Amino acid sequence: MSQLSDFLARAERYAEASGLSLSTVSRKLLNDGKGLARLKEGGQCTLKTLEEASARLAALEIEIAAPQPSAAAPAPMLDAKALTHLDRLEAEAIHIMREVAAEAENPVMLYSIGKDSSVMLRLAMKAFYPAKPPFPLLHVDTTWKFREMIEFRDRMAKELGFDLIVHINEDGVRQGVGPFTHGSQIHTDIMKTQALKQALDKYKFDAAFGGARRDEEKSRAKERIFSFRSREHRWDPKNQRPELWSIYNARIHKGESIRVFPLSNWTELDIWQYIYRENIPIPSLYFAKKRPVVERDGALIMVDDERMKLGPGESPKLEMVRFRTLGCYPLTGGVRSNATTLPEIIKEMLLTTTSERQGRVIDHDQTASMEKKKAEGYF
Amino acid sequence: MSHAALTVDDDILAYLDAHERKSMLRFITCGSVDDGKSTLIGRLLYDTKLIYEDQLKALEADSKRVGTQGDRIDFALLVDGLAAEREQGITIDVAYRFFSTERRKFIVADTPGHEQYTRNMATGASTADLAVILVDARNGVMTQTRRHSFICSLLGIRHIVVAVNKMDLVGYSKETFAAIETEYKKFAAPLGFQSIVCIPISALEGDNITAKSARTRWHKGPALLPYLESVEVASDLEDKPFRMPVQWVARPDHAFRGYAGTIASGEIYPGDEIVVLPSGKRTSVKRIVTADGDLPRGRARQAVTLTLADEIDISRGDVLCAGNSPAEQTDQFAAHILWMHDDQLIPGRQYLLKTANRTLPATVTELKHKINVNTLEHLSGKTLAINEVGVCNVSTSHPIAFDSYAANRTTGAFILIDRRTNATVGAGMIDFSLRRAQNVHWQDLDIDKRARAAAKHQRPCILWFTGLSGSGKSTIANLVEKRLHDLGRHTYTLDGDNVRHGLNKDLGFTDADRVENIRRVAETAKLMVDAGLIVLVSFISPFQSERRMARELVEDGEFLEVYVSTPLAVCEQRDVKGLYAKARRGEIKNFTGIDSGYEAPTHPELTLDTSKVSAEDAAARIVDYLDSNGYLVG
Repeated sequence: MSQLSDFLARAERYAEASGLSLSTVSRKLLNDGKGLARLKEGGQCTLKTLEEASARLAALEIEIAAPQPSAAAPAPMLDAKALTHLDRLEAEAIHIMREVAAEAENPVMLYSIGKDSSVMLRLAMKAFYPAKPPFPLLHVDTTWKFREMIEFRDRMAKELGFDLIVHINEDGVRQGVGPFTHGSQIHTDIMKTQALKQALDKYKFDAAFGGARRDEEKSRAKERIFSFRSREHRWDPKNQRPELWSIYNARIHKGESIRVFPLSNWTELDIWQYIYRENIPIPSLYFAKKRPVVERDGALIMVDDERMKLGPGESPKLEMVRFRTLGCYPLTGGVRSNATTLPEIIKEMLLTTTSERQGRVIDHDQTASMEKKKAEGYF
Repeated sequence: MSHAALTVDDDILAYLDAHERKSMLRFITCGSVDDGKSTLIGRLLYDTKLIYEDQLKALEADSKRVGTQGDRIDFALLVDGLAAEREQGITIDVAYRFFSTERRKFIVADTPGHEQYTRNMATGASTADLAVILVDARNGVMTQTRRHSFICSLLGIRHIVVAVNKMDLVGYSKETFAAIETEYKKFAAPLGFQSIVCIPISALEGDNITAKSARTRWHKGPALLPYLESVEVASDLEDKPFRMPVQWVARPDHAFRGYAGTIASGEIYPGDEIVVLPSGKRTSVKRIVTADGDLPRGRARQAVTLTLADEIDISRGDVLCAGNSPAEQTDQFAAHILWMHDDQLIPGRQYLLKTANRTLPATVTELKHKINVNTLEHLSGKTLAINEVGVCNVSTSHPIAFDSYAANRTTGAFILIDRRTNATVGAGMIDFSLRRAQNVHWQDLDIDKRARAAAKHQRPCILWFTGLSGSGKSTIANLVEKRLHDLGRHTYTLDGDNVRHGLNKDLGFTDADRVENIRRVAETAKLMVDAGLIVLVSFISPFQSERRMARELVEDGEFLEVYVSTPLAVCEQRDVKGLYAKARRGEIKNFTGIDSGYEAPTHPELTLDTSKVSAEDAAARIVDYLDSNGYLVG
């Protein structure tokens, strides 16, 4: 016992002499800022801990007794900077991905080729490094994507060596479903929502990562990171599982599934900033270039293949345009732009006055349309 | 756009660099219905110019169509996202919003005000560092205000802003504000907040939101947004002892074995000694691996992969701790539990408990008291209903590594999951271990279960007969026991009659009492198995969760579920004890099969229907089963 009180007295003397707070000294000696205080109040520690702490204290006492080299001597520099916002978002996303890999039996990552998917893919490569992500990627191909998206997809799959599953709703193809003939709503439902459900059922995936962000749209803002789906793939916004801390409940019954959104807390700016910081490849459609477009209902639609029939008076004009989001080309309006580099894109994004999804025709069909689509199984 | 303090001429690279170094604050907003939370958040988004032109146009249109502010913009419509709640004019779930100023990035959890959605508030609070609690200046501190403050405190939030809203409706009265401030601080004193700042605002008029208002010159404190930009909530996470729950083991090839996880607290350097819990094995850190290269130091909140100096068996669920300051371990602890589901918490019922990285069966062994969240009074109670908070004793099937929640929000927290529905039903915060579990070792008795069983020439087990009243459980059990006795085996039968009159005579027939009844019977049967007996348990035991609890009390192969599946119609027709008739007449309540449900076993070891086979044949089949599966050796 006297050994302990002797130690405490020495520690306090050292704190006074060095000008450090008792909790700092405590941390140096016991790796616990409150350790000394606890011992003072009658707390216990093992003999071994006491001896080790005592030895550390002795070293510090010698240090302080030695003549100070110079007042300007630099303090031992550790990286004292707090984690940046992006570092924290990255760590959170990695944590989420690892949790799914550990808890789900058959997870898959939805890969839509866009900028968010590109970020998600990079995070997956990081999360499991040096191992490979323990899940395949799934692309639901509506057959109406920009041709360049498909080229980019296949190139990425080859370069990074991940397993890529491409699913197309063949029933829809046989019925000739397309945005020009059936309208955006029916096309999206059959070729995207139904196709996604088909693929999840076919491969029996029990967890699917999606790149959606809460800042995109109002109903997304309320969705959990681990978002439960019934056997019918339905989302019930009124019956979501409470999600506390970073403890995620991934338990499901057979046939049910979970959609997981590791980028939930990212904003559009975070995504761009991360792409810039990490030098992540993205399709060149995001960069301005002269492209053949026609203006239709206020949107600049790119004539990407011969399936786009021109109306009377319509003729494609070459214009400097780029795309803020990527989807089916007839449903994705371009914006006039001269931004050909990432910083220029980001600058344009920061100065713009319309929200990201506005270029998407599907959200304008009706008020609260996204929430309705999600309840029906849309991602 | 406030990210667009940026103008066309600014240097984007410098801007990006500055933006990346912004700090971050996560906070929640809470308050009573109609205190104006959504309006406040809408106002913050509007005033920090995070609303795009198209959104503003939609907002103006919506304001005219369904707004409550006449021709003015109804900011609440910006954030009241779900179609259902637009119609009801209320917020029904947690919504997360993002905005940034030149100094900080903010993540806001917008949490609902009405009582039945307290669980959502706890959700938002669990990841927040600060809470903005709205109070309607006209109403002052209300029941909801107290409740929300208590939940913030319970979930470990240490910084509070009381935004006294609708000051425009009380004529910007200094006295009204002062009275609310005094009342709030008095109420909140025992809640242990580090800081409480009260600000008079009008979310609708924009007073004291982004800048101090001329209409409240008497207010000496800051406006809301400048305060949020500058408040220091830096947690001492990195100063705490090192903890890393292992999430996933990376084994790309035989040469590499790394332990992936997010550092919950503290920091770690290559060469540091760590101790692995629960095994208690010690080793040191070799490398801190990330895809961007090894780190010289790992620190709280980073997601890393550690390789270790020695080959130790470590898997998901283990916690790596600082060698000189490991977490505690226990299988019995006291905790505050917030209940979040319509099905009440029943002490004795088994749930799944999930910590940061581990899921295991757990039981609330005792509800010590409930807490009235409005007055903080202690109340007695047998169960916890949705949105109630209780102080409980919890028992887990295996020891877990933990710190108290006050010391560490990651290693001190858990959720409870319903085993049948998989719903998240409770949130828990560990207070302290109920015993020094690491010092308690089971007495290593020389005569063990195996020795006792060998002396009796049998493998002990529980034959658990479940089925409706009158299905023939006890009749078959009696016949089985007779045959086993004839064969020289050692048996005992526990049934409703001999237990209800003694051990369990204090229990009634409510769901809670039925669960406790089964728990005691299961524990008794377990002791008898330990004594080497073949135990026959004959109980209706209608709930799967309790039968599973009994099964998991004993080792694999020691629990044999015998489902006596005689149909209800046959049982009722027999009505040996006349109980069905009474139940039909309403003289007995909660009678299984009549006004209380029966959950049939999904995978019983044996199923016997006495409307198809005789009791004698059924008994013979059970004895055959025991014989052919090695229970009757020698």
